[in-house]
Amino acid sequence: MNAEVAMMVPEFGQLALIIALVLAAMQVVIPLVGVQSGREWLMAYARPLAAGQAVFLMVSLLALTYAFVTDDFSVVYVATNSNTQLPTPYKISAVWGAHEGSLLLWVTMLGAWGLAVAWFSRTLPLDMVARVLSIMGMVSVGFILFTVHTSNPFERHLPSAPLEGADLNPLLQDFGLIVHPPTLYMGYVGLSVAFAFALAALMSGRLDAAWARWSRPWTTAAWVFLTLGIALGSWWAYYELGWGGWWFWDPVENASLMPWLVATALMHSLAVTEKRGLFKSWTVLLAIFAFSLSLLGTFLVRSGVLTSVHAFASDPDRGVFILALLGICVGGSLLLYAIKAPTVASVGRYQWVSRESALLVNNLLLLVSAFAILLGTLYPLVHDFMGLGKLSVGAAWFNTMFVPLSVLLALVMGIGSMSRWKSDAFSRLGQELKWACLAAILLGAAVPLLASGEWNWQVVMGMSVSFWLIGATLVDVWKKSRGQLARIPKLGVSFHGMVLAHVGVAISIIGVTMVSNYSLEKAVKIAPGESTELGSYRFEFAEAGHIEGPNYVSDATRFKVWRDDKLMEVLTAEKRRYNASGQIMTEAAIDVSLFRDVYVSMGEELPDGAWGMRLQVKPYMRWVWLGAIFMSIGGLLAVMDKRYRARQHKRAAAPAAKEAVA
Amino acid sequence: MMRWLLFIPLALALALGVLFWIGLGKEDKDVLPSPLVGQPFPAFNAVALLTDEALDQSSLPAKPMLVNVWATWCPTCKAEHAFLNQLAKQGITIVGINYKDDSAKAREWLKAFGDPYAFNIVDPDGKLGLELGVYGAPETFLVDSQGIIRGKHVGDLNTRVWQTLQPQFEAMK
Amino acid sequence: MHPQRKKRLTLILFLVVGVGSAVGLLMYSLSQNINLFQTPTQIANGEVPIGRTIRAGGLVVDGSVVRAEEGLGVTFKVTDGVASVPIFYDGILPDLFREGQGIVALGQLDEAGVLQASEVLAKHDENYMPPEVQEALEKAHQAGKANLEAAAGY
Repeated sequence: MNAEVAMMVPEFGQLALIIALVLAAMQVVIPLVGVQSGREWLMAYARPLAAGQAVFLMVSLLALTYAFVTDDFSVVYVATNSNTQLPTPYKISAVWGAHEGSLLLWVTMLGAWGLAVAWFSRTLPLDMVARVLSIMGMVSVGFILFTVHTSNPFERHLPSAPLEGADLNPLLQDFGLIVHPPTLYMGYVGLSVAFAFALAALMSGRLDAAWARWSRPWTTAAWVFLTLGIALGSWWAYYELGWGGWWFWDPVENASLMPWLVATALMHSLAVTEKRGLFKSWTVLLAIFAFSLSLLGTFLVRSGVLTSVHAFASDPDRGVFILALLGICVGGSLLLYAIKAPTVASVGRYQWVSRESALLVNNLLLLVSAFAILLGTLYPLVHDFMGLGKLSVGAAWFNTMFVPLSVLLALVMGIGSMSRWKSDAFSRLGQELKWACLAAILLGAAVPLLASGEWNWQVVMGMSVSFWLIGATLVDVWKKSRGQLARIPKLGVSFHGMVLAHVGVAISIIGVTMVSNYSLEKAVKIAPGESTELGSYRFEFAEAGHIEGPNYVSDATRFKVWRDDKLMEVLTAEKRRYNASGQIMTEAAIDVSLFRDVYVSMGEELPDGAWGMRLQVKPYMRWVWLGAIFMSIGGLLAVMDKRYRARQHKRAAAPAAKEAVA
Repeated sequence: MMRWLLFIPLALALALGVLFWIGLGKEDKDVLPSPLVGQPFPAFNAVALLTDEALDQSSLPAKPMLVNVWATWCPTCKAEHAFLNQLAKQGITIVGINYKDDSAKAREWLKAFGDPYAFNIVDPDGKLGLELGVYGAPETFLVDSQGIIRGKHVGDLNTRVWQTLQPQFEAMK
Repeated sequence: MHPQRKKRLTLILFLVVGVGSAVGLLMYSLSQNINLFQTPTQIANGEVPIGRTIRAGGLVVDGSVVRAEEGLGVTFKVTDGVASVPIFYDGILPDLFREGQGIVALGQLDEAGVLQASEVLAKHDENYMPPEVQEALEKAHQAGKANLEAAAGY
C-alpha cells in the first residue's frame, strides 16, 4: 500500500460504515415490501444484502484495527486509547477498549450474525428469511446510525495530531480482556436472532413448532457465547483485580447475568414450544426480554447511567439517542406482542406433574432470579432519583436472593429432565430417583465433615443439590439407554448436550459452594525472609525486586509456598506502574490446580522493606469456570444436532431425536 | 383471556424508560453549577511551569480567559489538547493549571503536543485545585477580565461543548 | 366454567400470588440490606446511628494517614470540605488510595466516632472521583461553609 492510500484508511473505514448503513436500510425495506406484495424476487434480496452489510462492517472494523496497529494518532479514538509502547496484541484489543470502538464491534457482530442467518437458512421458507433479516436490518440501521452520528471512531484530530497516544487503560491490557468483551458481545448480539425470529413469527402469525425449531439453534449458540463470556469475565476479574474475588454483583456483571438467565429460560421454553406446541406466547415474550436485557446491559449499564462516570458527560446527545433507540426497539416489539399475542393459541394439555410443568417452574425460577437482579441493580438508581440519597445494595443481598433460587432450580432440573411430557406421576419419579436422592443427601452431608470436621448447612445444601443433579442426570442416561452402554452414543447429540450442560451446572455449584465456604484468606505485613502460615501452607517471602516490562515497571515480590516442608511453587506477584498513564495495577500470582488455587497479591509497600500482602488458598476455584465450559460444550453439541439442518419436509423424527429433549 | 394483561410488559418497559430518561438528565453534568461562580479567582502563590517565575492571583491577564486544569496522567486531557491549540490560535487566552503532576513530564508534553497556554500555574499538591473545587481533570473555568469566575465545565472541551460555552465567553468581553 | 379455562385461571392465580409474594419478599429484604451513603458532615452531625453499616466517603485529608506499628492497621480522615471523619481499616488499601484522593469506605461507626471499615474503595481511574464523593463535596460547597483550607489541613 502506498503511503497516501495508507493515510486514507480511516476514511475508507468510515465510508464502509456508511455503505453498510445504506445496505442495512435496503435490507429492512426491500424484503419486507416483497413479503407484503408477495414478490419472491424482492424477498430474495434479503440474503445478499445481509452478506454485503456484514462484509462492509468487517472492512470498517479492519480499517480501525489498521489505524491502531500503525499508531495513527490523527484519529482521536486511537490517540485516546493507544500508545506506541503498547504491545501489538493490546493495540488490537484496544480497538474495543472504549465506547466508540466497542460499538463498532457490536454492529459488526450483528452483521456477522445476519450473515450466518443468511448462510444457514437454506431450509427456511423464503418469506421467513425475508422477515427475519429485515428485522435484524432494523436493529442494524439503528445502531450503525448511532455509531456514525454520535460515536464515530474514525473522527480525526485536526489540524494537528498528537505524536503520542494516551494509552489503553492498564486494566484492559490483558489476555482476558482481549477475548472477554468480544465473546460476551457475540452472546448479547446473538440474542438478536432469536428476537428477530420471534418478531417475524408474530408478524406472520406463524408461531408453530417449525418456528421454534428454527429458533432453537440460534438461541443456544448465543447462549453458549454468553456463558463463555460471563465465565471469562469472572476469570479475568479474579486474576486481574488482585482481590481474589470472582463475582462482585456489580452492575456490569449483573447486566450480563440477566440476559443469560432469560436466555436459559428461553432455550427451555422453546423446547416445549417445539415438542408440544405450548407456551408460545410466553416464548415470544422471553425472546423479546432476552434481547431487551442484553441491550440494557450493553448500552445503559456499561455506558454509565448506573455507575455514573462521565460516560455521557461530554456528549448528552448520545444518551438521548440511545434511549430513544432502545425505546423504539423494546417498546415497539412489546407493543407488537401485546397486539398480536392474543392471536396465538397454544393447543395441547398437560397435567400438573409433567415435563411441561417442570420446565414452567424452571422458567419462573430463572425469571424471578433475573428480576431480583434487575431490582437490586436499579434500586440505587430509583432511590437516588427520588432524592433519598445514594446507597448501594450489598453483595449479601444478591447472595441471599440468588442462592436459594439456584438450589430450587437444581432440584427441579433433576426432576425435569427425568419426567415425561404431558403427564407423569410422582410415584414413578420417586421410584426411579429415590436412590439418587438418598445418595445425594448422604454424600452431601459427608462433605463438610470430611473437609473441616464441622457441620455446615450451606455446604450440605450446595453439595447435596449438585450430587442430586448429577445423580438424577446419570439415572436419566441409564434409563434412556435401558442400561446398555452401547446405546448411550445413539441417544442423540442434543441429549448429550443437555447431560453435559446439566452436569456443568452441578460442577459450578460445587465450585461455588467449596470456594465460598472453605477459602482461607489473610492480609499480612511481611518482610523479606519472613514466613507466615495459612491453613496447611507456609508462605516464605523469598525476595523483593523490580521487573521492567515493555510499557511498565513493576515492584515484584517472590514467595515460596511450602506444604508439609515440601516446596509446592514459587510465585512472583507484581505491582505495575504503567509509563504512559502512571496508573498502578496489581498482578496477582496464582498457583493453579484442579482442587485449589494459591493466590498471592501485593498490597502497599510499608516501612522497613515490608509489604502488605494478601494471601489466599481457594479450594475448587477452577470448578466454577469448568462448569461453564461444560455448559458451553453442551450447548455446542445441541446446536450441532442434525435435525436442525434437515429439510423441513424430510423431517422424519428419528427415535433417538424423539427421546432427546435438551 | 384478559388482553390488557399483555400490555403489562410494555408498561413496565416504558416505566423503566422514563426512569432512565430522568437518569440521563441527572447525569448531564456538562455545566456544573459551581458555588464559585461569581466569586473572585482564589488567591494563590505558585510558580510558572516553563519559566519558574513566581505567580499569584494578580498575574492573571486583565482580559477574559479560560483556566484549564490538566495533567499528563489524564487521557481525556490529551484528547482535548488539540482543541485547546485550536482555540489558542483563534486568539483565546488560556491559562493552564498543571494539576497534581510531574513538572518535567508536563514540560515534555507541551513540547510534544504544542503549548496553547499563556502560562501554566504549577499545582503539584492540588491545593489550588481544591480551592477551585476541582473534581478531576480536565476542567475548565471561564474567568473574566476582573478575575471573577463566570462559569465552569467538567470534562473535555470539544467543538460541541464550545458551541455552548462560546456565547458565555463572548458575553464576558 | 370450562375445565380448561378453570385450569388457566388457577395457573394465572398461582402466578400472580407467586410473583406478588416474591416481589414483596424481595423488596422487604432489599430494605434490610442497603448501605446508605453518608457524608462526613452527616456523620459529624450525629445523623448516623452507631453500629449500622454505612458507606462513607470524601477526600483523604493530607497528612492524616497513620499506620500501626504492627500489622496492617491504618487510620486516616476523610473530609467533604466541612467536616471530617476518622476511619480505621485493617487490611490492604487499594492501589489508588492516596492523600487528597476520593475514596469510599464501607463499615460501622463505633462509640468513639471512628468508622471501622471492612472495605475501602478507590476508583481505578484517576480521572474520576467516586460519584458519591463528588456529590458530597458538591453539597458541602453549596452549604456555603467551604472552609477547605482548614479542613484539608493546609
